[in-house]
Amino acid sequence: MTTTEKAPALQVEGLTKSYSLGTSWLSKVLRRGSSTLTALDGVDLELRRGEVLALVGESGSGKSTLAKILVGSTGPTSGTVQHDGVVAGKRDRESSRRVQMVFQDPYSSLNPRLTVGAVLAELLRLHDVVPRSEVRAESIRLLGLVGMEADVLDAYPSQFSGGQRQRLAIARALAVRPDVLIADEPVSALDVSVQATILELFARLRAELGLSVLFIAHNLAVVQHLADRVAVMYLGRIVEVAPTAELFSSPRHPYTRALIDSIPRMTAGSVNDEFELDGEPPSPYDVPSGCRFHPRCPLADDGCRSTDPALLTIGPARLSACLKADELATIPLPDTTATELPR
Amino acid sequence: MTVIETDQQRVTLDPSVPLLSVQDLSIGTRSAAIVEGVSFDVAAGERSGIVGESGSGKSLTLRAIAGLLPRGVAVQGGRIEYGGSDLLTMSARRRRALMGPEIAMVFQEPMTALNPVMRVGDQIAEGPRRHLGLGKKEAADLAVQMMARTGIPDPARRARAYPHELSGGLRQRIMIAMAVSCGPRLLLCDEPTTALDVTVQLQVLKLLEKLCTDTGTALVFVTHDLAVVNQTCSDVDVMYAGHIVEAGPVAEVFAAPRHPYTRGLLESAPDFDRPDRELVPIPGFPPNVADRGPGCPFAPRCGYVTDHCRTAMPPLATVAPGRLAACFETDRLGDVL
Repeated sequence: MTTTEKAPALQVEGLTKSYSLGTSWLSKVLRRGSSTLTALDGVDLELRRGEVLALVGESGSGKSTLAKILVGSTGPTSGTVQHDGVVAGKRDRESSRRVQMVFQDPYSSLNPRLTVGAVLAELLRLHDVVPRSEVRAESIRLLGLVGMEADVLDAYPSQFSGGQRQRLAIARALAVRPDVLIADEPVSALDVSVQATILELFARLRAELGLSVLFIAHNLAVVQHLADRVAVMYLGRIVEVAPTAELFSSPRHPYTRALIDSIPRMTAGSVNDEFELDGEPPSPYDVPSGCRFHPRCPLADDGCRSTDPALLTIGPARLSACLKADELATIPLPDTTATELPR
Repeated sequence: MTVIETDQQRVTLDPSVPLLSVQDLSIGTRSAAIVEGVSFDVAAGERSGIVGESGSGKSLTLRAIAGLLPRGVAVQGGRIEYGGSDLLTMSARRRRALMGPEIAMVFQEPMTALNPVMRVGDQIAEGPRRHLGLGKKEAADLAVQMMARTGIPDPARRARAYPHELSGGLRQRIMIAMAVSCGPRLLLCDEPTTALDVTVQLQVLKLLEKLCTDTGTALVFVTHDLAVVNQTCSDVDVMYAGHIVEAGPVAEVFAAPRHPYTRGLLESAPDFDRPDRELVPIPGFPPNVADRGPGCPFAPRCGYVTDHCRTAMPPLATVAPGRLAACFETDRLGDVL
């Protein structure tokens, strides 16, 4: 095995992204507060080969900014992104081929004026994926991968339902034979009955094509079904990384714990509010000092208010950025099975 | 702060009739019916959910009750009785007088439902000034009081904010404060937490529950999220393609659905408490409103379908005490999930 084969599909180190907001001369004169928005504040993350890594967190936590940097549609302020152990530089054709994206809204992410066949053919030709004579056959193969028939090639996106459009968007992403798929909330715009088919498709593609998938989601029940590992983001930082089952059975960051306790449950009476959070995420213009979660954290003490905890290894394959990770492990999750209805 | 008495001009209601009774309601455009023959009752203080996927007609049903149907869509038949009198036949003036003090609505997207150029305190005070006859000062005090009740920190300062200055969760609380400012007996909620983060969603659901428990307000809660219904409501109506296909207490419906569509929805939705269960999608997709056949609208996607289902529309009938289902084959799926 060569070194490149062992390297993770994507590795992110010390990634930051800040946007400075137009400072007018008046604000400068009046010395109004900070005008820098920190979207990402030192993110370290690796996406392993062939895994589905879920990225969860509330809106404004920086999930989508990270996705944008990974596909190369925007650059980081500092830090590096490595593809297969090689630092990705300027966005070139090869690196943009390797990492493809599936967007949240399949209604706005497909060109309404191009037929399905034209969308796929454009990509296949531009990237010289197959000889020109085989473009049609390759398009049909791609549609087959996402469970659609050849007869849709001449149809326009408007003729399809949300779930079918999302399949087309996935086929388009697969056209250039990427190694990594970045899916930004790919099922949250879909109805429940359709959502399951798309989740199934992601699982199948990962198994058949060996794709590495970064799956950005806010629905933790969906994440639990699909992901191998989960990374939790809060206000521009990764605060916990763990294998899915372990994350949900023994969260080691209070924010993860609060997220789990907030999930609406299908079983009567199984919600609990021990870790219910007050307030909402603080503004990314004004990140709290010390641990950025301390103003909302039920466990916070003076140490948390002054020390900014680093993301540290706390067990095999587990990382947490919490000074109280060990204490949290001793607070058991509520037993939901006790209140479960007979089924 | 003085506590302001809000119920001074109460309409007296007959306690023997349900608070809200929707009977055989049909809604449609000129060319097609979108909602057909929907009937349900909501008792005073009851929390009732309507679930369904996009296009099922759940939001239109709610909007018809509030009299807020979009242009080109109209009620084509049926009755919507509030406290025994039909909202559809009463004068526009009388109906308008009920909206606010008796019936109020919370919308999905607080950013588009709030007036962007008016301070939120003034927006909350508008209803009480108009309907409860409060003076400017009294109404402003009531607005701050309402904001405090909906858990907005520092309400007196926030009352002077414009909607864009507040976060999504706070905006939704403002909208709830606005809806409950006149002490309505019926609160209509159209996916009030769909745009919110999960930790904030829990806060808002708890707030709604507390407000309803404290004041005895009845709730009609429209959502596509089965887990949210389970958390919020005692009873549920399941809608599919413009019809109610199943109704009953939430716990019973979720434990043992009696309509194949409800069963399909539950089997396709990820359940956090049962991560190992396989998700089973419903094959096919909902019918287009324009070309619905004569039979059961779910027949083309249904695993229990018979020839009878394709030609005749099953009526919503009692299948067990307190349980309704519109399915000819309901006995075949009587077993628990």
